[in-house]
Amino acid sequence: MMRAAISLAAAACMTQAAVASELGDVERGERLFAKCRSCHQVGEGAKNRTGPQLNNLFGRRAGTAEGYSFSKAFERAGSKGLEWHAETLDTYLENPKALVPGTRMTFAGFDAPQDRADVIAYLRGFSASPANYPGADPTARQTDHDVDPAILALEGDPEYGEYLSSECKTCHQTSGADKGIPPIVHLPRDTFVAAMHAYKDKARKHPVMNMLAGRLGNEEIAALAAYFATLED
Amino acid sequence: MTFDRRTFLGMGTAAVAALSAPAVLGQGKPRVIVVGGGAGGATAARYLAKDSNGAIDVRLIEPTRTYFTCFFSNLYIGGLKTVSDLGHTYGKLASDYGVNVVHDWVIGVDRDKKAVTLAGGATLAYDKLILSPGIDFVEGSVPGWGLAAQNAMPHAYKGGSQTELLKAQVMAMREGGTFVMVAPPNPYRCPPGPYERVSMVAHQFKAHNPKAKIVIVDPKEKYSKQALFEEGWQKYYGGMIERLGPDFGAEKVTVDPDEMTVDVDGEIIKADVCNVIPAQKAGRVAELAGVTDGDWAPVHPTDMSSRADPDIYVLGDACHQGDMPKSGFSANSQAKVCANAVRGALTGSKVFPAKFTNTCWSLIEENDGVKVGATYEATSDKIAKVDGFISHTGEDTALRKATYEESEGWYAGMTADMFG
Repeated sequence: MMRAAISLAAAACMTQAAVASELGDVERGERLFAKCRSCHQVGEGAKNRTGPQLNNLFGRRAGTAEGYSFSKAFERAGSKGLEWHAETLDTYLENPKALVPGTRMTFAGFDAPQDRADVIAYLRGFSASPANYPGADPTARQTDHDVDPAILALEGDPEYGEYLSSECKTCHQTSGADKGIPPIVHLPRDTFVAAMHAYKDKARKHPVMNMLAGRLGNEEIAALAAYFATLED
Repeated sequence: MTFDRRTFLGMGTAAVAALSAPAVLGQGKPRVIVVGGGAGGATAARYLAKDSNGAIDVRLIEPTRTYFTCFFSNLYIGGLKTVSDLGHTYGKLASDYGVNVVHDWVIGVDRDKKAVTLAGGATLAYDKLILSPGIDFVEGSVPGWGLAAQNAMPHAYKGGSQTELLKAQVMAMREGGTFVMVAPPNPYRCPPGPYERVSMVAHQFKAHNPKAKIVIVDPKEKYSKQALFEEGWQKYYGGMIERLGPDFGAEKVTVDPDEMTVDVDGEIIKADVCNVIPAQKAGRVAELAGVTDGDWAPVHPTDMSSRADPDIYVLGDACHQGDMPKSGFSANSQAKVCANAVRGALTGSKVFPAKFTNTCWSLIEENDGVKVGATYEATSDKIAKVDGFISHTGEDTALRKATYEESEGWYAGMTADMFG
């Protein structure tokens, strides 16, 4: 069966040149950013306007740009652990209100994965160490997360997921607090599923997670993803 | 490739409970009494109350108002945690989840009338009784030692004042003195615990009393994470720690708390501080309820119900279940399986197949953590190990530091999972 990499270049983009589309086109991103510029400034001297300035966005916790008054929704998302990097920005820019219900941002989102990749590539140029893009954390592409699209498409049972999640909650706090163990409550569904399969297949290495994910079936991972999705506001 | 719940549930034995009629309907709210507010009991009470949304009347009987965790208490002895770091209260279980927390002792269990009697005089009826009483000590297991001697020779194997006493003795020990630990025989609470404790005592001695000696008198041939501890002790505390195993006669040990001596098969060791961790058995309430067989309470692996009474469940250190080690993590894991089954039996909610996990982190020296863990499943006769892992010797310092930080995260997550 054909396999698709979970990345900005999702299934719809697979026919395009893989490397170029994954990295994004900075020049095209700059043109696309015109849609954002009426509210957001980026680059030298950028200031908060209708929306927060976007310099050093990568690695920033959501809702923490200095001097900007955020919506309650964003403050909550930030305190729950939402942090901006390529994966989360991609999810946000696809449908802002899905990731942060209650955001004041009225922009409906970029439907085309390539558009999002290009805008993200443009924005990455205004964050520290742009040479790293898309290499090291926090901007690393999770290219080891190869998941069969049929597995991604599975609809999980949130009630079963809630039961299974009790195993996660011994260590991962539902408050989203991060203390030696990362928060998982705000992960986009696909990212969650891909990450769990990466642990299951030992593409991502961590003995506890390899062990726990290793005995979860595809349906169980889908159930967990469905449950954790219900935890958002 | 679609998922068919019916097929899936049909495969689990627990499905029977989900399909059968609720046990208690039309008699007011079903009542669950949980005895013991530790890793098993607090978790069970919280999950039952939270997941039933008030449909079950949950009472938690726990004598103390502040619970001091036994897990991480070695880090307090090592000076890396304070007493208040280890203390937790039951306020949120009451205010946020509606658990009726009763601070009292259970002095009687009437299984025919399905009621427990409290020291305060009250008698409380239950539909389901969950016991999570932890451990007590087997009398006479270390001849010469008894609870009357626990101030001279602390066990420090239940959280709270005993931990503070042992730490005070360690810190006040004369220069160049000898700390003796009498380690317990299997099975006992927290298999790596005695050896983490030795590490933390050595950590204090290294800084404050570098000529001190540590002697472990151990009736076991081998112990949990042995290679990891031995490697670490050599690296950090070279020459300070000596272990006498059964080949030195360590299973024939007696103590004299008045003289502060330890007799190992005829050889007398003079101790300045002596930590006696005796052989263990299920906490007294399990015996009181008549659900023990020998030292422990046998349970069914699918739902933690007692083999002696289908309306009583036993969690954590007190139960005899199979392959899981006696640990807070295990008790917490068992509590969730049990809560799911009890809620299903009382309200008809779905019951999912049992899944169990355990991970134990231990600290060898500041920022040098190791871990061992496994997953478990319910088989027809016991909770059986499925898969596991253990830290390796020779790991780099960054990984060991990350492992320690992970244990901090676990402690925060675990206590939030217990107390809300």
